[in-house]
Amino acid sequence: MGHDAVAAGVAQTRVAEATVAAPTTAAASTSAADAAAVPAAPSPFEVYVHVPFCLRRCGYCDFNTYTATDLGEGASRGNYARMAIREMQIVRGWQEERGLDEPPAGSVFFGGGTPTILPADDLVEMLDAVRRIWGLQPGAEVTTEANPDTVDADYIKRLADGGFSRISFGMQSAVPAVLRTLDRRHTPANVEAGVRAADACGLRSSVDLIYGAPGESLDDWRTSVRAAVDLGVNHVSAYALTIAPRTAMGRRIAAGTLPRPSDDDEAAKYEIADELLSAAGLEWYEISNWSRPGYESRHNLGYWRNVDWAGIGPGAHSHYRLVGSGSSQSAIGALLGNTDSLHAQNAIAAAADTTAAENADAAPVGMRAWDTAHPRAWGHQINAATVPWAGSEAITARQDAEETLMLGLRLHEGFDTARFAGIIPLEAWQQLESEGLIHLVPGPHDSDGLSESSGLLTVPTLRGRLLNDLIIERLFDYL
Amino acid sequence: MMQQKNKPGSTDPELIRNFCIIAHIDHGKSTVADRILQLSGVVPQREMHDRFLDRMDIEQERGITIKSQAVRVPWTFDGQEYTLGMIDTPGHVDFSYEVSRALAACEGAVLLVDATQGIEAQTLSNLYMAIDNDLTIIPVLNKIDLPSAEPDKHAEEIAGLLGCDTSDVLRVSGKTGEGVADLLDRIVMEVPAPTGDPDAPARALIFDSVYDSYRGIVTYIRMVDGELHSRERIRMMGLGTTHDPIELGVIQPDMTPTDSLGAGEVGYVITGVKDVRQSKVGDTITTEARPAAEALPGYRDPKPMVYAGLFPIDNAQFPELRDALDKLKLNDAALVYEPETSVALGFGFRCGFLGLLHMEIVSERLQREFGLDLISTAPNVEYDVTAEDGTLHHVKNPSEFPDGKVKSIVEPMVAADIITPKEFIGSVMELCQDHRGEMGTMEYIGTERVEMHYRIPLAEIVFDFFDQLKSRTRGYASLDYHEDGEQQADLVKVDILIQGEKVDAFSAIVHRDKAYSYGVMMTKKLRELIPRQQFEIPIQAAIGSRIIARETIRALRKDVLAKCYGGDITRKRKLLEKQKAGKKRMKMLGHVEVPQEAFIAALSTDEPTDRDTKDKIRAAQKAGN
Repeated sequence: MGHDAVAAGVAQTRVAEATVAAPTTAAASTSAADAAAVPAAPSPFEVYVHVPFCLRRCGYCDFNTYTATDLGEGASRGNYARMAIREMQIVRGWQEERGLDEPPAGSVFFGGGTPTILPADDLVEMLDAVRRIWGLQPGAEVTTEANPDTVDADYIKRLADGGFSRISFGMQSAVPAVLRTLDRRHTPANVEAGVRAADACGLRSSVDLIYGAPGESLDDWRTSVRAAVDLGVNHVSAYALTIAPRTAMGRRIAAGTLPRPSDDDEAAKYEIADELLSAAGLEWYEISNWSRPGYESRHNLGYWRNVDWAGIGPGAHSHYRLVGSGSSQSAIGALLGNTDSLHAQNAIAAAADTTAAENADAAPVGMRAWDTAHPRAWGHQINAATVPWAGSEAITARQDAEETLMLGLRLHEGFDTARFAGIIPLEAWQQLESEGLIHLVPGPHDSDGLSESSGLLTVPTLRGRLLNDLIIERLFDYL
Repeated sequence: MMQQKNKPGSTDPELIRNFCIIAHIDHGKSTVADRILQLSGVVPQREMHDRFLDRMDIEQERGITIKSQAVRVPWTFDGQEYTLGMIDTPGHVDFSYEVSRALAACEGAVLLVDATQGIEAQTLSNLYMAIDNDLTIIPVLNKIDLPSAEPDKHAEEIAGLLGCDTSDVLRVSGKTGEGVADLLDRIVMEVPAPTGDPDAPARALIFDSVYDSYRGIVTYIRMVDGELHSRERIRMMGLGTTHDPIELGVIQPDMTPTDSLGAGEVGYVITGVKDVRQSKVGDTITTEARPAAEALPGYRDPKPMVYAGLFPIDNAQFPELRDALDKLKLNDAALVYEPETSVALGFGFRCGFLGLLHMEIVSERLQREFGLDLISTAPNVEYDVTAEDGTLHHVKNPSEFPDGKVKSIVEPMVAADIITPKEFIGSVMELCQDHRGEMGTMEYIGTERVEMHYRIPLAEIVFDFFDQLKSRTRGYASLDYHEDGEQQADLVKVDILIQGEKVDAFSAIVHRDKAYSYGVMMTKKLRELIPRQQFEIPIQAAIGSRIIARETIRALRKDVLAKCYGGDITRKRKLLEKQKAGKKRMKMLGHVEVPQEAFIAALSTDEPTDRDTKDKIRAAQKAGN
């Protein structure tokens, strides 16, 4: 792996080009023989449901969300649960046709947008559909994001009764001026009311915070982190404000009417968060996530462990990874085969070219697909009984390695250097350690039987968390 | 096309008129030349396109003539067909030697001046050269069709310079064609016929030589004495080489082979050599069988005045750059180059040029015609540096500057002539003083403009002088310069250190008084251009071991994307892959990654104008004195 990155890069481009077009043909099945060749995907499975509606758009937000209540083609707030459930059925059908025998979902996550803009019963109905279609593991984690102003005790009780186990509140800040800059209109007191209601129903709760808003002082930020700690939640996510150019805030910053967030300021705030949260017993387990032990978001850990997930809803991404000896072209070919036969065949042909050139790096080992972003077009595809994807791409072995590395390096649980034995030399890890970017700690020996384990786990230091991209870039050089 | 009576090789010299056009860039020379071709009937109307004679793309786009050409044009006057040899000359100061050879091939010169602008410095210097060559001058004002034309005023100026009457100054419009026929009549009447000896051994002056990818070198000649025949072995008198001509011919305006060329005629010869150095401008061609005793005067090797390093951005393109330079050299006898290695920029070539325009044209052609991405270092001149131990160093590159103490430094000087409207006299004087110029005399041209004479170090001119002159005079001033000996000067080498390591590409030899501003400017620029990295990066300017300016790039503290869920993953992977590809365009200086753009931007010249920079320069100077 890693010796022909240029050729692999070319192959990747071709795959991407070949698969961008929106699939509009019906789910024409390919031969049963193809499907039979696909091995069962043994990796854990999760379901993400995107709810693309908000009461209003916040100035910094570039998520796929809409404030209109009805976007046509059945994509209205009132009809949304039915459409999403219809998508689940189509996706499940697609998985079955492809022979992807996903296990019951280990977690379900409702994000947005504002999922709680829908009636609680709609969320429960969608969860029921997941249970019916894929099944749920015993003790599965079921989370919804919530805007503090859209939920009350009754709403939360309905969720809990319906099987939800976790609720993540968009708190963002405890400082009114900062909330105003962020266009967040919720009442800070509602966050606490929500958390208490969740406690009362036995739901775990988490709060999201954003740091680095223009005008936010270090003390403002301390105030927000302390407020989160004082809520008594067991999980906190803290994100640096990311300025997307095509947002109201992005435009104001470009025009110079708002100051541009500074990396130094954000670094200082990250360190503040880490210090205050860990002092309160919330340990970091991922770069932007802190929790008491056992209260990690299992769903999100799945992303970073690179498991399979089905993304339901406009713009949602899906990921399927084939592990073991079955990760072959034909398997991926079969996976992609359904989305659009012509484009998929091009993609497979492109991948085949490079494998013919004895480039194992370019062999596909998985795929990603993304739903059509606009709810109306998405609804149109669902009404035509098509998997409502806008595009898909084959993940080559090299890209899969890149993702595994890039995601694993975000985690406190560590990353087994043995997974890259023979590719990334020990000296490279040691060099990073000597620069104070990572720790190397002995890990459990050879738990997955992948290789002769060196037994060393790499864990980023505080500095290495802040300079995570730098670590990744260095290691990418070996791939 | 009409039938011509006068045939090449048998045209009576009495019926020949050879002339060139002296004009400033943009004064419409090519348009007038085109109009002449059209009026004479050698170019049919339907084939006419703008600037027929300017063949290279760059010439057409930039509207300047780099290589001259020679066209044979028939013109009937008083019922008699005459043969005009029109030699198109380059208009820029860098090519003044080529201009001088073109002038030597003529008996007359059309002085073409834009009626909206008046005469410019380079035109004036070429005019003086023509007068020194005893050429008959026909003064012409062009662009009289423009509403902003001031023909009376500029006719006055020209009459003053030539000592003629204002009514002698012709008025034409290349655009409408008005007056061009009169001009051709004047040429026939006033330009003397050639005076060579048709029976003497052949002597032909090479006044231009161009490389054609199909035909090899095409050498333009003016027969002075005797005759050349197409199957006669010829000898280059200066080089001492002999060749069998493959083709002899005239341009009208397509290449037309002929059996012979006689005294006074202008034409071309193709010898099959592939290298322009085998056919040098200024050399004399004679026949092997009956050689002339003495060569025509004026032959000399072109001498580069300005040096700069050219490096491929992607070092893998080094062999392509070498091949490209070899090819350009075929067409450009003045271009010299030798391999150079830079710690910062890798493998490249140190190239010598006639001047700044020459340098720009070469690097533009390399990029355009050969598809190369290049970094060019700041231009410099050649210094003679005597070290304290008495050894003499010819320094064409700051990296050749000897370490340790220096006994003396000698730099090349130029005599600069600047023509400017009188209201800018003050700004021009200030500019010249800033650039260590010594003022000579100043003369009025007409009532509104002056010609100022300065003696200035060439190094000061090659850096940014011309741009500043233009900006300070709102584009009205014009500059001409020529070599004028050398002088001792108090110069120092300023090095730039990034994280303690000297970056050779940024070293410069500057006057001691300017060392501080160079140091401050360069360190500041680099601080802005180099991205923050894991560690703090000091950027320093130093003379020897003495630090004269310092900036610091603070360590990067955070680069991580805060969120990384579902859809973020592909985006982030793609971003990282892109960055990885981008890293290939980074140069490693020690541990510091410097983007190529930083080199390019840092090497571009601009004036320090912001207050912070000025303050820092003052502070550095104070500390240094």
